[in-house]
Amino acid sequence: MNLHILRNQHLYVAVFVVQAKFELDQLTVHAEKKQLVAPGELLAEGPYFAGENTYRDGSKIYSARVGLADVIGNKLIVVPIKGAYIPRIDDIVIGRVTDIGMSGWQVDICAPYPAMLPQSETPMQHGREMGRRDLGHLFGVGDLVLAQVIAFDRTRDPLLTTKGRGLGKVTSGRVARISPAKIPRIIGKQGSMITMLKNETLTDIVPGQNGIVLAIGKNPDQERIAVEALYMIEREAHTSGLTDRVRAMILEKMKGK
Amino acid sequence: MGGQKKTAQLIDSNGLRVDGRRIDELRPIKLEVGVLDKADGSAYIEHGKNKILAAVYGPREAHPKHIALADRAVVRCRYHMAPFSTDERKSPAPSRRELELSKVIRESLEPSIMSEYFPRATIDIFIEVLQADAGTRCAGITSAALALADAGIPMKELVAGCAAGKIEGKVVLDLSDIEDKQGEADLPVALMARSNVVSLLQMDGSLTPDEFNQAFEMATDACRKIYEMQREALKTKYHIVRDVEEKNEIVEAKA
Repeated sequence: MNLHILRNQHLYVAVFVVQAKFELDQLTVHAEKKQLVAPGELLAEGPYFAGENTYRDGSKIYSARVGLADVIGNKLIVVPIKGAYIPRIDDIVIGRVTDIGMSGWQVDICAPYPAMLPQSETPMQHGREMGRRDLGHLFGVGDLVLAQVIAFDRTRDPLLTTKGRGLGKVTSGRVARISPAKIPRIIGKQGSMITMLKNETLTDIVPGQNGIVLAIGKNPDQERIAVEALYMIEREAHTSGLTDRVRAMILEKMKGK
Repeated sequence: MGGQKKTAQLIDSNGLRVDGRRIDELRPIKLEVGVLDKADGSAYIEHGKNKILAAVYGPREAHPKHIALADRAVVRCRYHMAPFSTDERKSPAPSRRELELSKVIRESLEPSIMSEYFPRATIDIFIEVLQADAGTRCAGITSAALALADAGIPMKELVAGCAAGKIEGKVVLDLSDIEDKQGEADLPVALMARSNVVSLLQMDGSLTPDEFNQAFEMATDACRKIYEMQREALKTKYHIVRDVEEKNEIVEAKA
């Protein structure tokens, strides 16, 4: 079934590449840039590509989600405002170990699918027989792990790795659970927000793409303030001048410490 | 239905109904999106005296695992009436009627949900009727569609529901409780307004083919109106986002 969909899409692509040459002056974009759209809203008509969160019906492209419409070249996309975390390869995520199997761990990464962390993707010693108990020594049930997604295609559960700089068990710090759609705001343009957070709260902040953000400071007060700032950013993600207001809040709180 | 003894005149000499509405007039509708914190998406509707909450969870892991489908998400729906939603206390246990409504509501929403985006997962819809006043299945669909959109689930379009019926020989729109109980027919319809697809059509009582066409026309027109209200409600909830995003751009442009 998936194959059929794919084939059709290719067909569309082919058809529209041809059409694009002849109909360039007939194209119409109905949605303004960054316009708030609802599911089923008409975005464009003509030789456009239906990008993320949009779909095509005949020659028209419609939105499939609540979000902000955008045009990139001749592709239409909708940037979602809310939604579940869908893993992507190379994402850094923070998950909780929920089960230990014969050759790996099951990790909850707040996605619709449970992730697997195989023993071979950890810096564990190979060569001798590893049992359940030995796996437990590395990561126990309930431990938080910082990991990277190495494979995911919706037909199989996401695969994680902890091989890599800084990856592995989370041993200290505090976590904030934030909507995955708000993570880009936590990072900010060219990392402006996160750099400010790190400098002002004196903590190291690790944002998981799945909405779990870790703050590691030298003392609990710094971490508490950092987490408070993270929730403030989530709450006020849609407002302008947020970086300055968050900085002011942090400075106020840091005074007494 | 029909056989009951009439206790009141449902349409007066001026052609107005018990609650003062014209024959083709909807009851007042109030829609609100994102009213519950714990659910992934939620909506509240007041349609006449109906008060209904809808909550959506998902897409999330399918439990029990054997219900999962390999090529799409399973959509589950529970329609439930609160014990205090009716004149006489309703047993909170799911009745035969609620089971049926759960099924038809699910089937009316499914064509819109792009469930193939989340294979092996589930999307759960909960519809809780707090106060019932006829037409709860339609109002339930209207609110559940909003809750799905609020949860950020990809869907082709919003689904809107509305009923038409027949009282005292006349085809009327959007029956109220007394009209439903004493009337001759009830025709609930759910419409996907953009693609013009009818995703729910039921009939209780009897209508002639002409009456049916008239009632169907009325109900679908009302669905289109409700669809506009749904879009309005979604945009009201998120409009702040848009205003400020624009401001952000201005600020950045200046900097």
